[in-house]
Amino acid sequence: MLNKVYDWIDERLDITPLWRDIADHEVPEHVNPAHHFSAFVYCFGGLTFFVVVIQILSGMFLTMYYVPDIERAWESVYYLQNQVAFGQIVRGMHHWGASIVIVMMFLHTLRVFFQGAYKKPRELNWIVGVLIFFVMLGLGLTGYLLPWDMKALFATKVTLDIVQSTPLIGDVLKTLIAGDEYITGAQTLTRFFAIHVFFLPAVLLGLIGAHFLMIRKQGISGPL
Amino acid sequence: MHRGKGMKFVGDSRIPINGRKPNIPKDYSEYPGKTEAFYPDFLLKEWMVGAVFLAGFLCLTAAEAPPLERIADPTDTTYIPMPDWYFLFLYQLLKYTFTSGPYNILGAMVIPGLAFGSLLLAPFLDRGPERRPFKRPLATGFMLLGIAAVFYLTWQAAAHHDWEAAKRQGEIKEVVEVDKEDPGYKVMEANGCLGCHGGNLEGLTGPQLVGTEKTADEIKDIAVNGFGDMPPGLFKGTDEELQQLADFIKSIEADK
Repeated sequence: MLNKVYDWIDERLDITPLWRDIADHEVPEHVNPAHHFSAFVYCFGGLTFFVVVIQILSGMFLTMYYVPDIERAWESVYYLQNQVAFGQIVRGMHHWGASIVIVMMFLHTLRVFFQGAYKKPRELNWIVGVLIFFVMLGLGLTGYLLPWDMKALFATKVTLDIVQSTPLIGDVLKTLIAGDEYITGAQTLTRFFAIHVFFLPAVLLGLIGAHFLMIRKQGISGPL
Repeated sequence: MHRGKGMKFVGDSRIPINGRKPNIPKDYSEYPGKTEAFYPDFLLKEWMVGAVFLAGFLCLTAAEAPPLERIADPTDTTYIPMPDWYFLFLYQLLKYTFTSGPYNILGAMVIPGLAFGSLLLAPFLDRGPERRPFKRPLATGFMLLGIAAVFYLTWQAAAHHDWEAAKRQGEIKEVVEVDKEDPGYKVMEANGCLGCHGGNLEGLTGPQLVGTEKTADEIKDIAVNGFGDMPPGLFKGTDEELQQLADFIKSIEADK
C-alpha cells in the first residue's frame, strides 16, 4: 500500500533523487565510533542538532499555554508547571535543553577547533557555525525573560544596561530591543517573545540549513 | 569529480586547491572495507545513540523541575540578579576594577568583542596548512587560554554568589490575609516586626512567618533573643504581649 502511494507520487514528481541525495553517501572509518571509539567526538554536532529539534518541539507545545503579557505570563507558566498534565516535563525539556545545547555546541566547537577542521576549504562553515553559536546565546537570553519572574526581569535589566553601554548606538539599540528607552515592561516582554519565537528561530534554521549544505558539499574533514 | 570509488557525494576535502598537498587527506577508498553506507546502516546507529541520549535527558527533566521564581516585582530594589550559568563568565568579567565603572566599555565590549571576534575569524587568523594542535601552538595556546579564562570566571562567579540568599529572594510567597484586628498583630506592629516580616507576614528581608513549624515557646525565644540575622532585644513588650504574639503567629495557617 505505502509502496504504491510512493510509486504513484514518484511517477509524477520524481522524488527519489531528492532523498537519495541525502541518503547515499558513505561514512568514512575515522568518524565511525564502531571502528574507533574515540570517534564519539564526532557525535557532538549531531547531538546539538538533536537537542535543537527537542527545543523546537517543546517550544511549540509551550506556546499552547504561554501568554506573552506581563499580567498573565507568570500565571500561565505557573499554571503550565503545576496544573497541566506533563506541563512540568515539557517546560523542563525546554529549560534544561537550553543548557544542554550550549554544552553540546561548546564540545562540538572544541572538536572542530582542535582538529583544525575549519581550515581551507571549510572557513565559511566555521563562520556559519560561530554565528549559530551567537544565535543560540541570543535565544537563551531572550527566552530567559519570558516566564516574567524576578530572575527574568532583573537579569534582563542588567542585559539591557550592557546593551545601552554600547558606544554611539547604545540608546537606539536598547529602544529597538526593549521597546522603550527607560521602561522594561509590557513592550519588552512582547518584543523578546517575538525575537525568541519568530526572528531568531528563522535565522537559526537558515544558518543550520547552510551548515548542513556545506557539510554535504565538502564532506567531513579527513583524519588528522 | 569521480575519484576513488566514484561515489558522487563523498567529498573529503576534494575541492582542488592548486596542488597544495597537505590540505588534501587520503581518499576514503584508501581505507577499504571500513567505510559504511550512511543510509540505512549508520543512520540506525545514530538513532540508537539518540535514543540513549534522549532517555538520559528525560531522566534529568523528571528529576529536576525547572525553576520558577515569584512574579516579577519591579519595585523590589533589594533583588540581586544573576544570569544563567552560561553567561556567568561575562557577568563576572564586569565585576573587576578595570572592566567596570569608567572602564565598563573594556569589560562589556572590547574584551568579549576581541575574544568572540577572533573565534569567528579563526580560519583567517590561523592560515597554515597544519591541522594537528601541537603543530599550531599559537592557535591552540590562545584557545586553551580562552577556555581557562571562561572556566575560571564562571567558577569565581559561582563561588562568590550567595546561593541561599538567591533562593530566598526569589521564593514564591504565599500571601495569606491575616486578621489585622488581632491583638497579636497589634503587638507585632508596635514592636516593628512587620518592617522585616511584611504586613501579611509574607516575609521581606526577614523570612515569612506563615505556617511556621516552630512551637510557641520557640517563637517567644526568637522574638526576645533573635535568630540568625535577627538581632536580640527587638521585642520590648510585656510577657502577656509576648504570649499574644506567639499565639497569633501560631494561628496563621498556610493556605495550601
